Amino acid sequence: MDLNKLENDINQKRKSKNLWLALSLGSFIVVVFFVTIAKLSDGNSIEGFDHTLRPSLIKE
Amino acid sequence: MIRSTNNIYLSLNEPSALDYIELLKLKVMRLAIFTAGVAMIISSNNLNPFIALGSIICIALGAGGSGALNMWWDSDIDLLMKRTSKRPIPDGKITSDQALSFGVFLSIFSVIFLALFANFLSALLLAFTISFYIFIYTMFLKRTTPYNIVIGGAAGAFPPLIGWAVSTNTIGIESFLLFLLIFLWTPPHFWSLCLITKKDYSITKVPMLTETHGVKATKLQIFIYAIILAISSIIISFTNIGGYFYFISSLILNSIFIFYSYVLLMNPYNPNNENFPKEKKLFLYSIFYLFMLFLLLLIEHFTKLLFPSYLIMVKDLIWI
Repeated sequence: MDLNKLENDINQKRKSKNLWLALSLGSFIVVVFFVTIAKLSDGNSIEGFDHTLRPSLIKE
Repeated sequence: MIRSTNNIYLSLNEPSALDYIELLKLKVMRLAIFTAGVAMIISSNNLNPFIALGSIICIALGAGGSGALNMWWDSDIDLLMKRTSKRPIPDGKITSDQALSFGVFLSIFSVIFLALFANFLSALLLAFTISFYIFIYTMFLKRTTPYNIVIGGAAGAFPPLIGWAVSTNTIGIESFLLFLLIFLWTPPHFWSLCLITKKDYSITKVPMLTETHGVKATKLQIFIYAIILAISSIIISFTNIGGYFYFISSLILNSIFIFYSYVLLMNPYNPNNENFPKEKKLFLYSIFYLFMLFLLLLIEHFTKLLFPSYLIMVKDLIWI
């Protein structure tokens, strides 16, 4: 068995696998970022009751 | 594992990225994405597109994870069947352990992120779907009962329920009817495939209906299911998501489905004929049928949005 050829082959496969992983993780981070923006601009999750009554907590 | 010239340990079966992608069962994933996506869109008018996108990714990863776990458990029988022998584990491209860890990781990851992106109800439904598919269908039902696909089909029917829960945080009657539609569609769809690949199942001793009850009984079951399926899919016309387009088109689509299954029932089975034209026709039509029904629901939704006068017309039809 030609070890050099085998090593080259395996390195190629690892390289492409790492690239796929990097791309999918990168795009997932982008999705998480935009979902966070969407959730926060909704406002509900950032303003909870902290034992002090604020005018914004009273529903109209 | 061997040691290379520069002292790096090399595994002889280093899987490539494509081998991992193959573990995800892309065809099943496509169905899950499409049905969940349609349910998500038609159930609400104000779902944020980024939340929808994130949730769809989670549902797709959950479906992929359960596909990988299914391949891990079934690698012994996959090796014996012509249709599945080229899957990455029986083909020697990926080890069972690699598939197992990949599947477990994707399943847990998808459930956690769906809870964060959407809500707990949808995450709970996704977790239930994955567990049902692996523990109930793959590990138990598949190798014990000829009605494996009837009950196991529920796993494939859950995505619209999850999609509905993502945008409304509830399980409505409409989403239950969508669940029922895929649940009743799976047996005739899968049994028509079994008639084509019958030889494979007899080698693996998986108790498919074609093996335990014979071809004639299977064809009769397909015909009966086609009729029940027709009723359940036409009922959707009379709910909030249905309408006249859907009603008329589903009548036509269901008549063709029943006609094909009737032709199949009346046609004598010839195991030596490798082509199985009638079986293949029904199998391919069943895929088209489901795709069209969901597409029609999308059309109904956007027609109601764009033409309020159509919505007023449709209101007379709705009684569920």
